[in-house]
Amino acid sequence: MRTKNRWVNVLFLFPAVFAFLMVIVVPFFVGIYLSMTNWDGVNPNVIFTGLQNYTTIFQAPEFLYSFLATTAFTAINVALVNAVAFGLALLVTSRVRGRNVYRAAFFVPNLIGGIVLGYIWQFIFNNVLPAMGRSLGLGFLQTSLIAKANLVVLGISLVNTWQYAGYIMMIYVAGIQAIPASLMEAAETDGANYPTRLVRILMPMMASAFTICLFLTLVNSFKQFDVNVSLTNGGPATIFMMKAINSSEFLALNIYNTAFARSKLAQGQAKAVLFFVVLVVVSLIQVWVNKRKEVEM
Amino acid sequence: MQRSWHRVRPALMEALAILIFALFMVPFFLVVLNAAKVSVDIIDNPVSWPKAWGQLFTNIGLILQNSNINYWPSFFSSAIITVCSLAVIVVFSAMAAWVLVRNRAWWSNVIFMMFVAAMVIPFQVVMFPLVTWFRQIEVVTGIRLLRQYLGMIFAYLGFGSSMSVFIFHGFIKGVPLELEEASTIDGCSRPATFFRIVFPILQPVIVTVLILNGIWVWNDYLLPLMILGSGNMAGAVRTLPLAVQSFVGSYVKQWDLILTATLMAMLPIIVLYLFAQKYIIKGMVEGSIK
Repeated sequence: MRTKNRWVNVLFLFPAVFAFLMVIVVPFFVGIYLSMTNWDGVNPNVIFTGLQNYTTIFQAPEFLYSFLATTAFTAINVALVNAVAFGLALLVTSRVRGRNVYRAAFFVPNLIGGIVLGYIWQFIFNNVLPAMGRSLGLGFLQTSLIAKANLVVLGISLVNTWQYAGYIMMIYVAGIQAIPASLMEAAETDGANYPTRLVRILMPMMASAFTICLFLTLVNSFKQFDVNVSLTNGGPATIFMMKAINSSEFLALNIYNTAFARSKLAQGQAKAVLFFVVLVVVSLIQVWVNKRKEVEM
Repeated sequence: MQRSWHRVRPALMEALAILIFALFMVPFFLVVLNAAKVSVDIIDNPVSWPKAWGQLFTNIGLILQNSNINYWPSFFSSAIITVCSLAVIVVFSAMAAWVLVRNRAWWSNVIFMMFVAAMVIPFQVVMFPLVTWFRQIEVVTGIRLLRQYLGMIFAYLGFGSSMSVFIFHGFIKGVPLELEEASTIDGCSRPATFFRIVFPILQPVIVTVLILNGIWVWNDYLLPLMILGSGNMAGAVRTLPLAVQSFVGSYVKQWDLILTATLMAMLPIIVLYLFAQKYIIKGMVEGSIK
């Protein structure tokens, strides 16, 4: 009976664990090794080069710029997505008519792939807004937001906010609905006005929803790829540290382009390993924050 | 003063709500509006009303016949990959999670922790070695994975399993053991106990896993790009996002056709959302919070 059970265990675990090992675990460790070689994907003679790829990429302005651009995008995007999402959550949990329709509608952009959305917004930024600027005589609309090297990050963030805020809104809605209505009513009877109730009761009561959403948007922004590809594909070009570089090439796209467009597979892999390290640090901070909160409660 | 504010506020809120709603929907509206025009009219004025809505169907017809986007083959490739991946992810992750919950031992902890830890690994760090590794597997065993349905589905099982095992694990922990013991006493084997007793109980969480993985797989771009490649060879397997991407690349600035293509790429999932809205929202939100 016991040995029979053991066979059932092995058989039941095998498919998922096998696929997991073959697709994630093996490539992960192989990848760390390959990031320390001269691997180019074609030549079978892979030579170990130590940390050479890492020192090379750290000296490359395009990587430094990409890192800064991604960080800037992440900071702007986390703020924008969460502010909009929280506002939307307040709106759809208010007594406004049609709130259920709004809630469902705000969620829609999130169901559609970033590639498709990026093209739609490329059309809006490059054609619709300039056309409106021309007919209304508004100068600032006439050149596309994503054609300006200093504003393109904001443009991508606007698209991501449109795409992602409805999703984050749902988590805030769940947080708001978990607060007993009697609490807000009691405060109202005591004469607290709406802003006071919001800041003093509602927001502290849903602190965990804020933590979840902040980390979710943080990781999501940092990994931004699909919209980046289809909206700007890294452009427009700009000058950084006296070198021509792509002004909106975020890390995920930079990794991809390093490997394929610039045929430096091993350097791309080294960048990917660094990318992974940053994400691990973010996750560890998240675990630490959550642990600390559990103790408080 | 106080009283009039009370009367005005709901009206103000409503106006604000309608305004925000309109802002959110404008991009979709613009897509439909311009998918019903010819290219010249779009360049002329992208916010004007179309001259004749019949153009929308002409454009849809053009997309359906276009050999570059290959709409129906791409649609069915996406559908096959999504359905098969979901089937294997749900069944195999539930099986694995059940064994991990019901066996309290060092190995079950190690395997579970491995699945959980892997959720941090971004696709970027495994994608290049994955392609080389799949090629290596083909050289050694003769099993073709690159450019094949098999490779796609196998990869999605691997990438989807960690989150799915985690979600099933959490749910199965709450399933009372007595139920399974009763069925064992009645003479059911362990696999029969799982498929007849446990699996049906998992139904609500299966919906969550299906939706969470389904939206991801259907919209995914980078994994298919790695495994299927970006080429447009006759008979090649290609998903809808890849098809749209390659189509836009070859029809630069032909916005009438590009927007029609994006409309047709969005339509399947929006139609699904209209019918299963409640489940989709619940599935996607629950999955993320866990």
